[in-house]
Amino acid sequence: MEWEVVIGLETHTQLQTKTKIFSGASTAFGSEPNTQACEVSIALPGVLPVLNKEAVNCAIKFGLAVNAEITPRSVFARKNYFYPDLPKGYQISQYELPVVGKGAVTIQVPAVGKNAAYEKVVNITRAHLEEDAGKSVHGAVEGMSGIDLNRAGTPLLEIVTEPDMRSAAEAVAYAKKLHELVQWIGICDGNMQEGSFRCDVNVSVRPKGTEKLGTRREIKNLNSFKFMQQAIEFETRWQIETLEDGGTIQQATVLFNPDTGETRAMRSKEEANDYRYFPDPDLLPLEITEADKARVRALMPELPQAMKARFESEYGLTSYDAAALTASRDVANYFVATVSAGADAKPAANWVMGAISAKLNAEEKSITESPLSAEQLASLLKRIADNTISNNAAKQVFEAMWAGEGEADAIIEAKGLKQVSDTGAIEAIIDEVLAANAAMVEEFKAGKEKAFNALVGQAMKASKGKANPAQVNDMLKKKLGA
Amino acid sequence: MINSSLKTLSQMLANKEVSSVELTQTFLNRINTFNPEINAYIALDQDRTLAQAKAADVRIAAGNAEPLTGIPIAQKDIFCANGWKTTCGSKMLANFVAPYDAQVITKFDAAGAVNLGKTNMDEFAMGSSNETSYFGGVKNPWDFTRVPGGSSGGSAAAVAARLCAAASGTDTGGSIRQPASLCGLTGLKPTYGIVSRYGMIAFASSLDQAGPMAKSAEDCALMMNVMAGFDERDSTSLNREKEDYTRDLNKPLQGLRVGLPKEFFAEGLDANVGKVIEAAIAEYKKLGAEIVEISLPNTGLSIPVYYVLAPAEASSNLSRYDGVRYGHRAAEYTDLMDMYCKSRAEGFGAEVKRRILIGTYVLSAGYYDAYYLKAQQIRRLIAQDFEEAFKHCDVIMGPAAPSTAFKAGEKVDDPVAMYLQDIYTISTNLAGLPGMSVPAGFSTGDDGKALPVGLQIIGNYFDEARMLNVAHQYQQVTDWHTRMPDLPTPQGTK
Repeated sequence: MEWEVVIGLETHTQLQTKTKIFSGASTAFGSEPNTQACEVSIALPGVLPVLNKEAVNCAIKFGLAVNAEITPRSVFARKNYFYPDLPKGYQISQYELPVVGKGAVTIQVPAVGKNAAYEKVVNITRAHLEEDAGKSVHGAVEGMSGIDLNRAGTPLLEIVTEPDMRSAAEAVAYAKKLHELVQWIGICDGNMQEGSFRCDVNVSVRPKGTEKLGTRREIKNLNSFKFMQQAIEFETRWQIETLEDGGTIQQATVLFNPDTGETRAMRSKEEANDYRYFPDPDLLPLEITEADKARVRALMPELPQAMKARFESEYGLTSYDAAALTASRDVANYFVATVSAGADAKPAANWVMGAISAKLNAEEKSITESPLSAEQLASLLKRIADNTISNNAAKQVFEAMWAGEGEADAIIEAKGLKQVSDTGAIEAIIDEVLAANAAMVEEFKAGKEKAFNALVGQAMKASKGKANPAQVNDMLKKKLGA
Repeated sequence: MINSSLKTLSQMLANKEVSSVELTQTFLNRINTFNPEINAYIALDQDRTLAQAKAADVRIAAGNAEPLTGIPIAQKDIFCANGWKTTCGSKMLANFVAPYDAQVITKFDAAGAVNLGKTNMDEFAMGSSNETSYFGGVKNPWDFTRVPGGSSGGSAAAVAARLCAAASGTDTGGSIRQPASLCGLTGLKPTYGIVSRYGMIAFASSLDQAGPMAKSAEDCALMMNVMAGFDERDSTSLNREKEDYTRDLNKPLQGLRVGLPKEFFAEGLDANVGKVIEAAIAEYKKLGAEIVEISLPNTGLSIPVYYVLAPAEASSNLSRYDGVRYGHRAAEYTDLMDMYCKSRAEGFGAEVKRRILIGTYVLSAGYYDAYYLKAQQIRRLIAQDFEEAFKHCDVIMGPAAPSTAFKAGEKVDDPVAMYLQDIYTISTNLAGLPGMSVPAGFSTGDDGKALPVGLQIIGNYFDEARMLNVAHQYQQVTDWHTRMPDLPTPQGTK
């Protein structure tokens, strides 16, 4: 039987606010344990939550970015359960009325093997605001568990998709797209190592062609795309094998072990909590007006889809190039800055996606850490455009600039890479080459096309590579009467 | 001096007839004499108290005193006060010293009031007799064999026994008004959202509201001027313009429309209490009020609705007492679950456990719609009853409690009988309306003891100034509120 995997994601994105979602305590990462735990974070008797408006703005931004319905009156609810790192004994979340309703994200699924790349729309079910829990610290004190409440109350936006994905590749493409989007609109720093972006993946399988969803298992807390890919692939195989062996799937929460590459059940549905959700009486319903939305919209950057379309129409880039340049806001900004500094769009696109990207990958740097600024790249590209240097020479200049040897013009000057475009000088070189290579000329006249290229090569060599190759070509053709 | 109004005390302080330290010491002496018997206070810190009094004297001398500067006030032990043991009447918090101030405490401090100590209360404010306190019951100053009411029983007894000039209380279903009625004092539960709940240990968040307990309406008005006000740390606090609650005290009552809900005078009301209330109404007629018959048809549902909603909220609010970060933790346990179970089993008393169980039940999957949601719907109906009633009257009057103070131990084994103590007060909490209890006379029981009876005045939203006016005018022509109990001299004292 042929099986189909059905995947939905729940992603916890930590919002980039200075203070916690319901108190004034700092959200900075990496401080000494419990130094960012105010009376509200510790849940002392008598404390009350006050909603951080900045967190609400983040939620609105996300809603606008995925074209979602933004709920005019959403409600905070208490999710009740006991755990040592949950200080109040309940988490303030949203349940029946989330701040963001239905929306959609368009993903690019890359080519895998003989399957070509394609686009797909993943539907967003909802996104809701909630607070993070603290952390249990095991082993810091012999024989005891510690609690660090620095993270308790950090704002999260939990983004839930429909079960729209049909492969690990699609799930990872969605996760990457979302990861980039939340950074693009500036609501999340995307740091997966620090837990700023964590995915829970719901996986089920069903016979291909059937409608009814299989029983799902939820893989919790995946914090890298590589693990996500491995976990989904393992889980899918496991579920199919279990069913083919005549077994049944029990609804469960599972954890992925990166060392073994396997998923294992953490708790079954029978052990699941009854969270006793009810509206939090300490918080008023969250009202968001059209004016609020307009105010946030005015602060939003141009979104990737819109920017991609603009790159195609304004700069004449291909859809592929425009998509690649808008996959990251920093890359897009770098490209736009290069063009603004006077470079032509197409070569700028080629250099950003080519030489720059290769260098950054090799050195494991992000584009914001590029030793070559967009303005510097533009100054180099301008020298190509105005025929001061050849493309080949430009590569040498680029390497030198990357190494911090100076500005483009100074390097061209110092290395003597300026291209010779003076017609008289080129003609003199060509005459010399023709005189010295009579045999080649004969071969060309006898119909050997290759001989022409050899003559060009000789001319370039004679000019020490500085002659403008196009001019050499033209003039040689003229001289040979070709 | 101990029977003087806040206004008089304030004038005496201003005129240097007495210093705050002297005044405070007078109350501390009385506390030392009578509190071992009455048990109204459960935390005292006389050094801290006298330091505040000294600071108040400096402020008075500097000429920037406010009306309550230097006045000794008792604070219900539900308010966190920095450096004070704050227990909420529970073993769970028996050793908890608050590291921060509740907004109410901050406001009293800013006004220069002196904190005399923390008063006893039913555990987590759950009770109507003060008998659920881990620190023992409180004796009603009018009859030591009887309860003071609850949950603000310590504050009520402290005011009645003149162990303070005035006190703070909180009211979730009647916890200011019922003890005020049983102890013969004036207590006001303001409109929900008028007084900040920040730092007030939560019982049922959507119902809890703090207010003053004092000897007179005028004193309550002065206390309200300090306690009320917007607080951005409480999202349910109402951002309204500051008002002077004394502004209307002296307005005549000519033409005042007083609504009498027939449901408040039906079966369940003690006949003698009923007579006292009728006499008070007659007094209002003399003051120019006209009486309007009204109906609050859903009054009978208020107790069942309350005992779904309040426990639901409480079950969640009390989850933080888990033995992990502060509060009681069992001495021995085998694992995390055992630590939770033992700590909570040992730390909470029977009534608190009963309500946590009820609340957990009504919020559980499969029961939520039938209980919690249904109760929320009826809560709206109850509010609509009042909305309709206030089309026909300015204030509503009736008894604050169905009986006078009952004997200690009489109702402890019958929770429903205890819950019925709040039959006339609970509906105003459900509607968020202000209500007060005003001393209206005495009822003599079988044993010949005269016990105080409270008249309840319910106002429309934000009508506290008018209610205080209505009560104050009555207190100009009656002297019930000035009566104080004869306290038996404790054995072993001179």
